[in-house]
Amino acid sequence: MREPSWVKVTRAVVLTALALFTLVPIYVMLTSGLKPLRDVQGPFDWIPSHLTVEPFVDMWHTVPLGRYFVNSAIVSSCAMACSVVVAIFAAYAVSRYRFAGRRVFSVTVLSTQMFPGILFLLPLFLIYVNINKYTGLQLYATRTGLVVTYLTFSLPFSIWMLVGYFDSIPRGLDESAQVDGAGPLRTLIQVILPTALPGVIAVAVYAFMTAWGEVLFASVMTNDSTRTLAVGLQSYSTYEDVYWNQVMAASLVVSAPVVAGFLALQRHFVAGLTAGAVK
Amino acid sequence: MTTVTTPAAGPGTAAGDPTTSARKRRRRRVKGNRATPYLMLLLAVLLELLVHIIPMITGVWMSLRGLTQFFIRNWSAAPYIGLNNFRVALDFNSPIGSNLVHSLGVTAGYSALTVGFCWLFGVTAGVLLQRPFRGRGLLRTIFLAPYALPAYAAVITWSFMLQRDTGVVNHVLVDELHLFHSRPFWLIGGNSFVSLVVVSVWRTWPFALLVLTAGLQTIPTELYEAAAMDGAGFMRQLRNITLPMLRPVNQVLLLVLFLWSFNDFNTPYVLFGSAAPHAADLISIHIYQSSFVTWNFGLGSAMSVLLLLFLLVVTAVYLYSTSRRRTDA
Repeated sequence: MREPSWVKVTRAVVLTALALFTLVPIYVMLTSGLKPLRDVQGPFDWIPSHLTVEPFVDMWHTVPLGRYFVNSAIVSSCAMACSVVVAIFAAYAVSRYRFAGRRVFSVTVLSTQMFPGILFLLPLFLIYVNINKYTGLQLYATRTGLVVTYLTFSLPFSIWMLVGYFDSIPRGLDESAQVDGAGPLRTLIQVILPTALPGVIAVAVYAFMTAWGEVLFASVMTNDSTRTLAVGLQSYSTYEDVYWNQVMAASLVVSAPVVAGFLALQRHFVAGLTAGAVK
Repeated sequence: MTTVTTPAAGPGTAAGDPTTSARKRRRRRVKGNRATPYLMLLLAVLLELLVHIIPMITGVWMSLRGLTQFFIRNWSAAPYIGLNNFRVALDFNSPIGSNLVHSLGVTAGYSALTVGFCWLFGVTAGVLLQRPFRGRGLLRTIFLAPYALPAYAAVITWSFMLQRDTGVVNHVLVDELHLFHSRPFWLIGGNSFVSLVVVSVWRTWPFALLVLTAGLQTIPTELYEAAAMDGAGFMRQLRNITLPMLRPVNQVLLLVLFLWSFNDFNTPYVLFGSAAPHAADLISIHIYQSSFVTWNFGLGSAMSVLLLLFLLVVTAVYLYSTSRRRTDA
């Protein structure tokens, strides 16, 4: 298993290059958020000559970032919670039961992943408006509407990954629970879920990230009071001056929670992919 | 679920079809009411219907209507005009048709480059990170960070970096390396296509790494030990073990990357705003603009339907040919 030295050298060179490519934008984001406005309006400097935390204070006033933040947090958390619950039940049914329509369901759900978002943006808008007309349920430009939309975006991948996960759990576990008199629901909650926890966590992270980062529907399906970060962050650029230092500071703040969460749970994510996607 | 299954045996038999054995050990029915699975699926089915299936059918319906700005308030009154929208979209002598073809070409080039580089970077980093060494965990974390960044935060950072006078890209290329005499524009004109591909690769290749890392972990280490015993070097192990064993993962990964980049809206929208430069006019942006600038939603829907048909055909051909090659090999 000894590695020849050319492998080691190649590895060092290639991985360093890739790490630089990856890190430069992150470095720019970190340092530019700490520069005063006149420094980001002049030629770029690798080392900031003046450090200030002002952008991190001002960014909350230039645009209503706090409101966007709260909107994104509510929408993404609700979408995540609903998506995980729906995906768990669907994946359990597909993994443990033989029923008519099982294959049709799986194939249809997966193929919705390839639909261009632009195809159902306008129809969905039309449908939401009509639902409001006939039932009074307001979905357009509300957080509820966004939650319903976003949770289905993460469903296909979540179901797919969980089916793989559940399939890898021996059926003997279900059967022994059922010998003890547990119904399907109790079997799922008490036996399957604890075993599949890493997969469930991975799916939850994925669902949250999907909702937190979506741009297209957020740009059409929100109004002033329900606007999320995806659209709100671009409003720094509509003024005469672009407050690049505040944009960078805001980018950093809105990225930090998801990046931290993802990196802390990346182990589960890879494990989930190994069990699900790669199967 | 799909056509992908892990080959059970070594690389020699990897190409064999393992579905028969998989089917045999598949699902004995669990005790319970016949309705149980349907109840469990109910919510998922309803949501899929509401957000994907019904809108898609509505989209096809819209594409057959003259849904112009005169019918914004009263959609259902738009007249039925048959395949007229499709005829307009596919009339390559008119500006609308030729712009659509141009946009398709740009998108195809963009997808090919994005998928190619993402896979190349992903497989290179994945293989180089396969064996433990000091700093491996840290590097893996660094590489995955862009994938976790929200699209708009990452792309907005890039648009700052690509500014002509204040950006880091021109600072490096012009001030430090002196590669250009005058500062090039990166967000307008022909260069915008290059910018778009670079940003997209930066954002997407970590996903390829993530999936390939998961795939590499399923390769048993005994295979490498046996190969090393036989005197196979790094390159031979790569060619004879790693790449063949990754084939099922690659089949899905390449397809997913292709569909993502072909439908990509976020990157160009945040990088250029809703008016993308001609050289970087991706199909999603193109349709978005044609719909909202001219308020001709019927025509926009027709273009979306054409896009979906195109993707369906490409996907079907791809799955058919790659699956057959696997059983032939």
